[in-house]
Amino acid sequence: MTFTVEIRHRQGGFRIEAEFASEGGVTALFGRSGSGKTSVLRIVGGLVRPDHGRILVGDQVLLDTNKGICLPPHRRGLAYVFQEPRLFPHLTVRQNLGYGQWFARSRSSFADPEKIISMLGLEALLPRRPGLLSGGEKQRVAIGRALLAAPRILLMDEPLSALDEARKAEILPYIERLRDELNLPILYVSHSVGEVARLADHVVAMADGRVTGIGGASEILGMQTMATGRESGSVLEGLVRLHGEDPDLAAIELRGCCLLVPRGDLHEGQKLRVHIPAREVLLATAEPHGISALNVLRGEIQALTGSDGGAVDLTLLCGEEVLRARITGLSAKRMDLAVGQSIHAIIKTVALNAPGLAH
Amino acid sequence: MELLSLSEEEWTAIRLSLKVASVAVLTSLPLGVLVAYLLARKRFWGHALLNGIVHLPLILPPVVTGYLLLIAFGRRGFIGSFLESTFGLILSFRWTGAALACAVMGFPLLVRSIRLSIEAVDGKLEEAAATLGASPVMVFLTVTLPLILPGIIAGLVLAFAKAMGEFGATITFVSNIPGETQTLSAAIYTFTQVPGGDAGALRLTLISIAISMAALLLSEALARRVGRRIEAE
Repeated sequence: MTFTVEIRHRQGGFRIEAEFASEGGVTALFGRSGSGKTSVLRIVGGLVRPDHGRILVGDQVLLDTNKGICLPPHRRGLAYVFQEPRLFPHLTVRQNLGYGQWFARSRSSFADPEKIISMLGLEALLPRRPGLLSGGEKQRVAIGRALLAAPRILLMDEPLSALDEARKAEILPYIERLRDELNLPILYVSHSVGEVARLADHVVAMADGRVTGIGGASEILGMQTMATGRESGSVLEGLVRLHGEDPDLAAIELRGCCLLVPRGDLHEGQKLRVHIPAREVLLATAEPHGISALNVLRGEIQALTGSDGGAVDLTLLCGEEVLRARITGLSAKRMDLAVGQSIHAIIKTVALNAPGLAH
Repeated sequence: MELLSLSEEEWTAIRLSLKVASVAVLTSLPLGVLVAYLLARKRFWGHALLNGIVHLPLILPPVVTGYLLLIAFGRRGFIGSFLESTFGLILSFRWTGAALACAVMGFPLLVRSIRLSIEAVDGKLEEAAATLGASPVMVFLTVTLPLILPGIIAGLVLAFAKAMGEFGATITFVSNIPGETQTLSAAIYTFTQVPGGDAGALRLTLISIAISMAALLLSEALARRVGRRIEAE
């Protein structure tokens, strides 16, 4: 199912202008908080009516302000997972799950309810009331409830942001399974590089209410993270190859270089994206010996920019992959770094920790 | 035991009071829910005016309310004459008029209680229901209404208690006719006006206390049952 979105909207003094399309898969609306990404999602869901806009799903018009068409949310055939679970407190988990299903009973579902319930691990929760569930369980029920409404597109607004790291790690694999097993287009709002890198096929980057970039996840995230402070880093994509010598390690084959990571539950040939925070990269001018780190990449300095707080951001070319590093200004000065210089980038294996990418 | 045995007239007054109060609260409930919903959720021209009109019986002297009802709903009143010619419905000096007076007096309490509980319902839940395919009417019936049930019960009990005790507006509008408009309160008043009526007044007072207490306990029990279902959150 393809969809296109074209929106112009003014909210108080804030202008939102967005235009993008999706061919399916997971499309991430990515940007800092306040960049307008949630507003775009609310407009797509029909919860906010924009000043101007046109939204198409397949060949159905959900919104066309020029023609005066604006379907209310309950007639859009989309489902929404909010930041907070929003479960109905007066209904059991089973009744919550059945809520959207009942309204969608005339539409054919893409998966049978049993499959969705077992995919999200909800069997044991069915007779319980939402009030007694943990945060992670509630959000899983909310996802199940949205899926059972048989939506044509699933809208997710930072569904993990209200959860702690452990709960996030609990839910992420379920969302990955939705993406891989249900063939359901997802529009996913997030400010987390880690989540987007792990889930998204396409990324629509937003800042100050405008789209600043559209493209593949590695491309956009690499470009974006350069500018942002804390999460600055690189997103690389490659294939998993199992390591001959050590059964606990796996190699990720990138373009012109290779990274070793703990094997975990990775399997041969799997496509994998990893996020390497810029500050997890150490630099050495000579090839380091007697060092515990497994990943030492040889590369060349492509760019070198001073950033706020006296740090220096470097762009390195290792093989054909672009790697970002951030070091202190003092180190840059002492090492006498310059563009074109050849360098060794040392990456602590733990920093890769694929595919969890906890940041 | 002589003291506690009720005369036929006293029984009539009790039955009449229960009938008048029940009819008053049950018929005003749908309108009460509608007005409470409008006041809680909608912003429209005349919002403050509607709120004021609904609350007026609470602050006006009951005699004034009764007199206004008499002017409007009396047989020569503009609404009263219309009702009589169109539906054959006569309110003045009938028990139906007593029910109207009680409904009007209890209405602010009913609306207030329901409005507060609607305002306490998280609008985000209603939004979620809409994204799951529920039309606004279905959102109200399946999400809002079940969540405000305790408020509706509380409002019903308050309005019922008010109706059982209503005196001023009723006696002004429909007078004090035994068997037709003489409710419990009016009967007690009548007993206090005749020599030797003390025993009758006391009996009816005890009955009145018992009915009020029973209504209160029943509503507590109902609200607890409903609340237990919803509270869990």
